[in-house]
Amino acid sequence: MSNATVASLPASATAAASQVRYRSQAVAKPYFIAAIGLFIGQIVFGLIIGLQYVVGDFLFPVVTFSTARMVHTNLLIVWLLFGFMGAGYYLIPEETERELHSPKLAIITFWVFLVAGALTILGYLGLPYNVLAHLTGNDLLPTMGRGYLEQPLITKVGIVLVALSFLYNLSMTLLAGRKTSISIVMLLGLWGLAIFFLFSFVNPNNLVLDKYFWWWVVHLWVEGVWELIMGAMLAFVLVKVTGVDREIIEKWLYLIIAMTLITGIVGTGHHYFWIGTPAYWQVWGSIFSALEPIPFFMMTMFAFNMVKRRRREHPNQAATLWALGTGVMSFLGAGVWGFLGTLSVVNYYTHGTQVTASHGHMAFYGAYAMVVLTMISYTMPLLRGREANSPQAQKVEKLAFWVMTLSIVAITLCLTAAGATQVLLQRLSDTPLSFMETQDRIMPIYWARWVCGISFFCGLVLYVISFFVTGKREE
Amino acid sequence: MKALVQSSAPPERRVPGDLAMWCFILAELAVFGVFFLVYAVFRWREPALFAAGQRSLDLTLPTLNTLFLLAGSAAMLAAVSRFAEGRQPAGRRALALTMLCGGGFLALKLYELVGKFARGITLSTNDFWMFYLSLTVFHFLHVVLGMVIVAAVWRLARDGRYTPDAMDGVETAAAYWHMVDLVWLVLFALVYVAR
Repeated sequence: MSNATVASLPASATAAASQVRYRSQAVAKPYFIAAIGLFIGQIVFGLIIGLQYVVGDFLFPVVTFSTARMVHTNLLIVWLLFGFMGAGYYLIPEETERELHSPKLAIITFWVFLVAGALTILGYLGLPYNVLAHLTGNDLLPTMGRGYLEQPLITKVGIVLVALSFLYNLSMTLLAGRKTSISIVMLLGLWGLAIFFLFSFVNPNNLVLDKYFWWWVVHLWVEGVWELIMGAMLAFVLVKVTGVDREIIEKWLYLIIAMTLITGIVGTGHHYFWIGTPAYWQVWGSIFSALEPIPFFMMTMFAFNMVKRRRREHPNQAATLWALGTGVMSFLGAGVWGFLGTLSVVNYYTHGTQVTASHGHMAFYGAYAMVVLTMISYTMPLLRGREANSPQAQKVEKLAFWVMTLSIVAITLCLTAAGATQVLLQRLSDTPLSFMETQDRIMPIYWARWVCGISFFCGLVLYVISFFVTGKREE
Repeated sequence: MKALVQSSAPPERRVPGDLAMWCFILAELAVFGVFFLVYAVFRWREPALFAAGQRSLDLTLPTLNTLFLLAGSAAMLAAVSRFAEGRQPAGRRALALTMLCGGGFLALKLYELVGKFARGITLSTNDFWMFYLSLTVFHFLHVVLGMVIVAAVWRLARDGRYTPDAMDGVETAAAYWHMVDLVWLVLFALVYVAR
């Protein structure tokens, strides 16, 4: 690494250099900090829409439900992307045993992504959506107005450029250095992420085809390539905190990936039940997605097995807890709760109810939020110049883990109950109620969900506080 | 006496090949198992449609294909035995024979599938043909994967790494190949023969 690139690293990087093996790994730090900041924003908007469910005109017309929901989901995606990128910038140099190809480019990419992301959110909040669409060139190539892909055209182009810069940087590092299964799987997942995002530019006039390809981004991200990223990140942390032979961990990783791809790719079919696609998707979607819990279960087995066979007691116990939590919660959220509505005969009744939302909340938290937090938990102490945080700081972090995790379990149970009520009153009943009458009956459950949301927020505040608890470190 | 004790000792119990492959095989069998189960439910609901579909299937090619896969499995068994005896060139020849049998299966299956497509049969023709195409093509892809694994072992075996004490690679490939064979036997019975 040249002097010029070292000079471009954050000021704290050199102080922390004693704990990171490669100085350029320090570029991960601003990514992780931004991820946590955006995570807080996501939860604040989650609380706003949670309250709007029960107090319909809360903040109206300044922040409408549709805008706040869009900000909530977009911030989720963006903070996870920041987390993945930070993880990539930390993990790849360590695995390839060399400095990052260009730390300077990584820092430039960071600022471009952060500013573009912030401007997009400000655009959502400050302008009517149709005006934003008009101003940002949606007339040239219409891509806006679809869930999770609401970003203006220029933001989407920006995301592609940021992704290309990121992948160029990591790929060049990998090509020049040691190739391990973990780094190859991580890069495969990240390349997949970028390639499938290109389908956000595909927006046919035919609504069936529009939905068909929309899922190539949304489904093939979260139930495809993101699982590779998750598996690689989890494997990386487990290698570090358990000291188990890399060979064993990599074997598990390959197995998980194979099952992920076998079940996840055709499993896209569970989104094709009712959008106008041929009938065979009912069978294909049901069968393959019913087996999607298998790789998640393997992930759970993997995490616990490795920790059980550990050959060292790593001082960062909080990171181990996050890793185990990821294993359990991803299986519950993505696996079990995903299965709840995945068979076409069941989905016929649950489609579009809060059952889907319950799965979404637990799966996103259990799989992706938690794996990013696992990575942050393991790397941030190292990036801040110590192997692990003080026991006091870890105590607060562990408390935050339990508060957030139990809160999301409670939120999921509330939403499941709300969804079940919808199915019973609105769809199965001999005298079905209307949508809004059903919503009235669910109000107490929505209140309970909101209280759990406040509890989650408290957990998040504790998590942030844990970064500032000094305490006495064990030598 | 010592010899007697040694000879009566139970043989060492171990899983041949890599345990990870056995986990994968179990997961694969689960996928096919669920597929067969759903096939059974649909067949039970539409017996006339499935009977008509099955009557239109010619058994000659699939029977030949069954023989190809069984011969491939026998060759694979021979390969494991030869490597276990330290006869590596013979082991590699047996692996090549396995691939040859697999290649024969793929060629005949491709011919059969092309014939169906030429008749205008698609996944949307009816439930029978949907299952027929889904199951046979899905299995076809597994034979391809099996051949890739066997080819990898055949290639790696060039440097003499598979000795009687280091058989993991060969046994792992054999386990997968036998799984593909086993699934075909069930598929052949359910889709082609049972009427």
